[in-house]
Amino acid sequence: MSSIIETRDLTREFTVRDRLRRRTVTAVDGLSLRVAAGESVGYIGANGAGKSTTIKMIVGILVPTSGEATTCGLRPVRDRRVLARRVGVVFGQRSQLWWDLPVRESFEILAAIHALRPAEARARAAELAETLELGEFLATPVRQLSLGQRMRAEIAAALLHRPELLILDEPTIGLDVLSKQRLREFLIAERREHGTTLLLTTHDMGDIERLCDRVLVVDRGRLAYDGTLDGLAATVGARRVLVVDLVEPTADLVGLPGTEHLRSKVGGLRQHLVLDGSTTLAAVLAAVAEHAELRDLSIEEPDIEDVVRRIYAASR
Amino acid sequence: MLVRATGVPRLRGDLRLRAYWLLLVAGMRTQSAYPLATFAGLVANATFGLLKTAILFAVVEAAGGGIAGYTAGTMSAYIWLSQGLLGSVNLYGRSDMTERVRTGDVATDFLRPVNVQAANILPAIGKGLFAFVPRGLPSIVIGVLVVGMTMPATPGPYVLGTVSMVLGIVLSHSVVYLVAVSGFWLVETRGFVGLYMAVGGLFAGLFTPFHLFPDWLQVIGRATPFPSMMMFPIDVLTARVTGFAALQVVGVQLAWLAGALAVGHLMTRAGQRKLEVQGG
Repeated sequence: MSSIIETRDLTREFTVRDRLRRRTVTAVDGLSLRVAAGESVGYIGANGAGKSTTIKMIVGILVPTSGEATTCGLRPVRDRRVLARRVGVVFGQRSQLWWDLPVRESFEILAAIHALRPAEARARAAELAETLELGEFLATPVRQLSLGQRMRAEIAAALLHRPELLILDEPTIGLDVLSKQRLREFLIAERREHGTTLLLTTHDMGDIERLCDRVLVVDRGRLAYDGTLDGLAATVGARRVLVVDLVEPTADLVGLPGTEHLRSKVGGLRQHLVLDGSTTLAAVLAAVAEHAELRDLSIEEPDIEDVVRRIYAASR
Repeated sequence: MLVRATGVPRLRGDLRLRAYWLLLVAGMRTQSAYPLATFAGLVANATFGLLKTAILFAVVEAAGGGIAGYTAGTMSAYIWLSQGLLGSVNLYGRSDMTERVRTGDVATDFLRPVNVQAANILPAIGKGLFAFVPRGLPSIVIGVLVVGMTMPATPGPYVLGTVSMVLGIVLSHSVVYLVAVSGFWLVETRGFVGLYMAVGGLFAGLFTPFHLFPDWLQVIGRATPFPSMMMFPIDVLTARVTGFAALQVVGVQLAWLAGALAVGHLMTRAGQRKLEVQGG
């Protein structure tokens, strides 16, 4: 797989003045990462971990202090204008639309900026308007849109020129549950259709779970984790929990193979056992059955929010 | 590893020109979105126009009917043309770009395959040109109807004067752009904006005609681009300067414009490397 983003020892320092003292803050610290074409990658980290700084260097609007980034095979800062044709970016907190103009006119200007042929631009805008349901407010000035509407329009604006790489910096910030869901569904469909590579930063783990095959965790400017979401849960020790409902109150089920007793409820009628994965579930259930009759059972998957909380907490 | 950019659409000249044209039009459309503000601007223009009329007519009269080549009629023409141009020529030193640099929104400009300088100056010019219709023309009409003004009887000054006026508008927005992008280096550009407003207004002819100044002040003024933004175009339009001298005025304007654009280009390029997008 050819890589669409590649950074080597990417570093960015900022000089911060507080009162008379100047000190240097390293926002991104020797970051090396690679994203293959067609991947969908979630880039997460606490506030100030270096996510946005990395993205700015990847798209060429921030010059690295040292190290280098290659995006779509180009040098981001030097080849800014050529790269801009191949990348779509949405910064959730900034607008790329013309505030006083109807959405449709922003699209028209952007299409011309990207040198799309008028027929091509019209077809693409119509496609995006349909899939993102922009129809009802295409003629509305941007300043009158709701946040959810504006965000859909922003995403359409970023995708108008069919970029091969889409970078979304907190695209669901401030959106309600339904708007989030619609946006995610759109992104899944868009990627299926066009094979667009997606790099996403978010604090919403639902975004990651629904949209990303791979997670990068950045912590104090360094890469703290690179792998699948499930793997991430395993590394921080978030484990699956077996919840058994027993027919009769039973003493705590301590010392069963492959488990650790977490807690008991209703006088031992319900017990929570952490699974460490060292033995099969059948073996665990057989061991439980030796102590008491099983009425029901369920398994709790590790909560991704909890996983991330553990990572952030560990880094403080 | 540097892969050649294949599959990149070639820069299609006509389509890119269309983009810059649309940006100019976007500025006009933006201006047209606020008719009430435009009307308020016109009322302010007219009020100050009457104030200037009262003061400057008294000056002309005190001087015995003529001062620095102005009669009451040509003074009125200066007053109402300058009031009319106030909505179009930027003498305030501030623009949308000032805000965009301050807040970091300028980052989105750099994310587009455009010349950032052109993409910011053009909408500002569009706004200025559009403002001439609801603010400029009515001001002039008020001047003609209420006070009366002496204007040239031949078409020449109007043709060259229009060119000079448009150049003045473009020049002002190109220089204001420089003030805005100085924000790449300065956290706060308010000082520069204030300086621009004070010095610019004085030399552009906002308060009194430039030609009433003592010689030494005129020498200083001529060393700045400000007279070329409004005062000199009015001189051409009112036939205060004609023939070769008028062409010279336009030449000086072009020279200032070329200089401002060149400096703006360099500042934009250097600024991109300096850019530390504010506010995350």
